[in-house]
Amino acid sequence: MSVQTYTPREFHRQAHDALGNPQIRGNFRKAMDGLMTKRRDSFGDWDLETLRELGANIRLRALAKLPDLLERLEANCQANGIRVHWAEDGEEACRIIREICQAHEARSVIKGKSMVSEEMHLNAHLEAAGIEALESDLGEYLVQLNEQTPSHIIMPAIHLNTDEISEILHEKTGTERTRDVDYMTAAARQQLRERFMAADVGISGVNFAVAETGTLCLVENEGNGRMTTTVPPVHIAVTGIEKVVEHLRDVPPLYALLTRSATGQHVTTYFNMISSPRKEGEHDGPKEVHLVLVDSGRSRIYQDDELLDTLRCIRCGACMNHCPVYTRVGGHAYGTTYPGPIGSILSPHMMGLEETRDLPTASSLCGACGEVCPVKIPIPDLLVRLRREAVGEGRGNVPGAGVKRTRKEAAAWKSYQWLATHPGAWRSGTAVVGRLKALMPAKLGAWTEYRTAPEPAGRTLHALVKQHQADKPGGRTPDKEERR
Amino acid sequence: MTPVKCYPPRPKKVYFFGTCLIDLFYPDAGLDGIRLLEREGIEVLFPQDQTCCGQPAYTSGYQEEARAVAAAQLDLFPESWPIIVPSGSCGGMMRTHYPKLFAGTPLEKKASEISGRIYELTEFLVHVCHLRLEDRGQPEKVAMHTSCSARREMGLAETGPALLAQLGQVELVEQERAAECCGFGGTFAVRHPEISAAMVEDKTLAIEAASAERFVTSDCGCLMNIGGRFAHQKKALTGEHIASYLWRRTS
Amino acid sequence: MSARDTILNRLRERADGPLTAPECDFAVVTDRGWGLDERLARFERWITSVHGEVIHAPWETWTEALAQVLTRKGIRTLALGREHPVAAEARRALADADLELVDVDRDIEGWQQEQFECVDAGLTSVRGAVAETGSLWLWPTPDEPRLISLVPSIHIAVLDAETIEDTFFDVVERHGWAREMPTNALLISGPSKTADIEQTLAYGVHGPRELVVLVRHVDADTEKSL
Repeated sequence: MSVQTYTPREFHRQAHDALGNPQIRGNFRKAMDGLMTKRRDSFGDWDLETLRELGANIRLRALAKLPDLLERLEANCQANGIRVHWAEDGEEACRIIREICQAHEARSVIKGKSMVSEEMHLNAHLEAAGIEALESDLGEYLVQLNEQTPSHIIMPAIHLNTDEISEILHEKTGTERTRDVDYMTAAARQQLRERFMAADVGISGVNFAVAETGTLCLVENEGNGRMTTTVPPVHIAVTGIEKVVEHLRDVPPLYALLTRSATGQHVTTYFNMISSPRKEGEHDGPKEVHLVLVDSGRSRIYQDDELLDTLRCIRCGACMNHCPVYTRVGGHAYGTTYPGPIGSILSPHMMGLEETRDLPTASSLCGACGEVCPVKIPIPDLLVRLRREAVGEGRGNVPGAGVKRTRKEAAAWKSYQWLATHPGAWRSGTAVVGRLKALMPAKLGAWTEYRTAPEPAGRTLHALVKQHQADKPGGRTPDKEERR
Repeated sequence: MTPVKCYPPRPKKVYFFGTCLIDLFYPDAGLDGIRLLEREGIEVLFPQDQTCCGQPAYTSGYQEEARAVAAAQLDLFPESWPIIVPSGSCGGMMRTHYPKLFAGTPLEKKASEISGRIYELTEFLVHVCHLRLEDRGQPEKVAMHTSCSARREMGLAETGPALLAQLGQVELVEQERAAECCGFGGTFAVRHPEISAAMVEDKTLAIEAASAERFVTSDCGCLMNIGGRFAHQKKALTGEHIASYLWRRTS
Repeated sequence: MSARDTILNRLRERADGPLTAPECDFAVVTDRGWGLDERLARFERWITSVHGEVIHAPWETWTEALAQVLTRKGIRTLALGREHPVAAEARRALADADLELVDVDRDIEGWQQEQFECVDAGLTSVRGAVAETGSLWLWPTPDEPRLISLVPSIHIAVLDAETIEDTFFDVVERHGWAREMPTNALLISGPSKTADIEQTLAYGVHGPRELVVLVRHVDADTEKSL
């Protein structure tokens, strides 16, 4: 299957295309407006700041103890009969999963939603090995039928509207063209039920992995996650190493934050907690459960005190729902598995700054993302940190650091520095303006294509203040230079 | 968000940090801010050696350059008077980011001390001066655009509207998605001009749809962006810095 | 070195040094102090807000209410356990009813197709509920396996009113979940749903289209108010 691909290298072009597509613009605007309202309403009478504080502290505590908790998670999972695997990168994780499938002579895999599996392009890997991987989350299913990737981490098909979805289902599965959402949903239910029954392996993600009990928690509304983890004889859960939490009691506050932040729901339909494969005497559930723990750059992020905060993320998507840039260009424009603000602070670590050079700047630093983040990740500060890394003024802890450094721009900022630290020169206002313009000579055109450029005032505030002080009774006369 | 601040009593003197955008493009807004303070009986000190807070370099990733520029401002406010900044963006930089920028350097203590004295102009007028205004202007419908830095970094969503609410002849209208960014974002508007343009387009449409005859803002970056868009479309709707608007209508 | 050891070593030899774990104050997710009526009201408000159906019945005659639900919904085949008192009583009460009772205490491999295609509804007990979110909590057993609350189009859950607690956190703490987790623990809050088609809600996308919560009351006062 050829999947429509996007790449962060082409961010500008992809954003340009999205901005010019009224359908995309309309779909995202409508969806994001609705999600923002629902989130706000859902926290209603909660003491949100206290809850966020707790959420942040739970995640920080887990990160502080991360290696110990991973070992504890492993030991408790194993004691419960869950087999634990470790993968340094996506390729290794894909290989581990493929080998489990092959050991069971699996031909058909059914998947619950897992962004980590998207991150490692698991479906393509399995298909290359002759194993069919079918997405079962309705949004993921639609996106897969349409040969696309998700455009949002919670709502994968949010870029599509009802008519487009009707057309996709009609074309790929032979359903009637309709605007009846119940009809389309029922059709998908019918199609996927067959596949659940036939699947040899179910693959899911994990929302929280509890070290204390060896429990894998999955959050969902549809029931496909429960199907995926209960119907096939083998269940493989795949997750990033940062998803571990210490205690079971850490889960309720994070779950409360996750559902409200993500979709404005006070709770999801299902909260599915899996602690072992089918035990002796039990009548359903998989006989084998595997947990694949994936690093893929996370342990590198972990090294740096500031970057570490990136790993607090519980993947709610609120930052993208509230991002004015994401709302305009949609998820595909970013060309990364994780779009929007969280993607822009996470993807550079996974793909390198060379690939993702335009993402840290793709934000007006308006702060909406940081304001709504349920675990208080200082996203704007991290964007600035990555901008530093990109121009070679950081600590070099990100792959591709320094890739955006150009002698011209560095020199421009040096001359800005010189001017702004030489007040005498600065005060000769017009000269300052002239020289600042040199910062981005080629690009001022872009400003004036949409806006009238500001005209430098004849006199600077410095000069006006001197005049103002002189005009006051007993004030001193400004000198000639300042009067100019 | 900054924690709730305990405001001091009204001081005899304040420092005024004009910001580079005001200095170069909107000097009248700066002067009007000074006049508003002086009318309250406060002596305004304007250190002539001030230049820029360093934010453009800071948000572009040039931290060394930003630190050098910021360091040059730290010596300008030797006495303990409050420092008034007519911009949430520069105010946010100085209040929120200076301590971090100088963390672990010999200037750390000084930077923290300075940051504790930073007040955005409307914040100072509302919470310290308890400003009372008498409107002398004509009836007008006005939309307020509070900058993202004022709103989120400094927690000042209410101060601008609170001042406008005192103007008897002014009807404050609220545009749809008032809290959404106008798309300026400093170098963002230059690096991602098309996205920025889409954002300012929506902002101007929202302000128009609210039947505003004028918009006011407390940040000249937003003013330049939103006003520039209106001007480019040759619309009659214009914008003004809130300091100028308040001064003009009450003097 | 194995991937495991490489990863753990890298985490342990952290460049910026060891981290300090902050304290966590859980006060915000507990101590609601609601009474029984308040809990019941909240539970009902929330679960009905997400399309769950709530039916109240006195403890003594709950099976009559069950029979009415089955008739009203035209249920011809009902999957249910055998040993749990809820299942046992339902079986006794429905013995002569015009409907097929499907045994679930058998390995799924032998009747998967039947379960997916021929069962109208599943009946289960629940261990309790959460007032704050309108959630049922279940620990499936060999007597009432996991798929009974998932595969049939209708899920009927029997809840005792006094087992509703304030918050999910309270349930986890008071019942000592951390000491011994079952194979599968579940919160269920409404029927299966999706909003993946342009944010339009649709029910029954994979799991049940309908969730009926039959709330049993021992309190005579509550009965009167039914």
